Amino acid sequence: MTGLLLWRGMLAGLAGAFVAATFALIVAEPHVDAAIAFEARHAAHESGVELVSRATQKTLGLYTAMMLYGAALGGLLAIVVAACHGRVGAIPPRALALLLAALACVVLVLAPALKYPPTPPAVGLHETVRLRTGAFLAMLAGSLLAALAGAWTAQRLGAVVTRLDRWLAGGLVYVAAVALVALLLPHVDEVPTDFPASLLWQYRVAAIAGQMIFWLSTAELFGRLAQPLLAPRVAR
Amino acid sequence: MTSRVAARPLPAPAPAAAIPLAEIAPWAVFAAIVALILLYFVSTEQGAFALFKGMYVHEFVHDGRHLLGFPCH
Repeated sequence: MTGLLLWRGMLAGLAGAFVAATFALIVAEPHVDAAIAFEARHAAHESGVELVSRATQKTLGLYTAMMLYGAALGGLLAIVVAACHGRVGAIPPRALALLLAALACVVLVLAPALKYPPTPPAVGLHETVRLRTGAFLAMLAGSLLAALAGAWTAQRLGAVVTRLDRWLAGGLVYVAAVALVALLLPHVDEVPTDFPASLLWQYRVAAIAGQMIFWLSTAELFGRLAQPLLAPRVAR
Repeated sequence: MTSRVAARPLPAPAPAAAIPLAEIAPWAVFAAIVALILLYFVSTEQGAFALFKGMYVHEFVHDGRHLLGFPCH
């Protein structure tokens, strides 16, 4: 059963990533190109050797990267749905998948992006990439642990308070814990002073929206694929 | 017309049978390992760390890495 779900989750992730990559190609890539043009105007550090052409980067490379990411996270979503199914209230599989994806949008996309927002080319110093990668992954892990703490709190309160109060308490624990993690992690500000603020904003909105599109379309598709396995008796 | 639908109440949804955690565990480990390998190449290879020489992987996944929010260069 779990193997079948995992397989379907990875397929759904591939399809969701395809949708997200198409969105990125149309909406985000113009901003990436604008940022690269800014970089080219300002820096003479370019070696001139282009290993992968821009045309490949923004099509084949973009789709490949997004779909590897999608297969990985679609599989993990399937595992979490399999573990939560029948254990977290009486939520039907499709709703469960969508709920978990909405949580992923907050925990894995929005919260880390508030501390370390996605940066276009021309923003970010080459020398600090290790520090920034470590800090970003720590923020991701911290957000995930904070969410587990929130879920644990909500579950512990089970018998004592109403469902709404459980959600509020869990959410409060999550927000407090993730804020603490964000305060403890190092501050990064490497935006060149003359980088256009509107371009930075538009790029970030497009990048975050693309990830949310990935999660929601993956979950919607996975829910439809998992429904016959998990709840065969419920009518479509 | 509509009464035919209303006359037959939907069966109450059967309580969902949870999948035993012992069955999920090996698949969870497998999925986690596959995900770690895939995500490493999308997010980090030839950025913060490098298993292979050169910048080809970095340049190939460049736009995806930026747009997925990972620190790039």
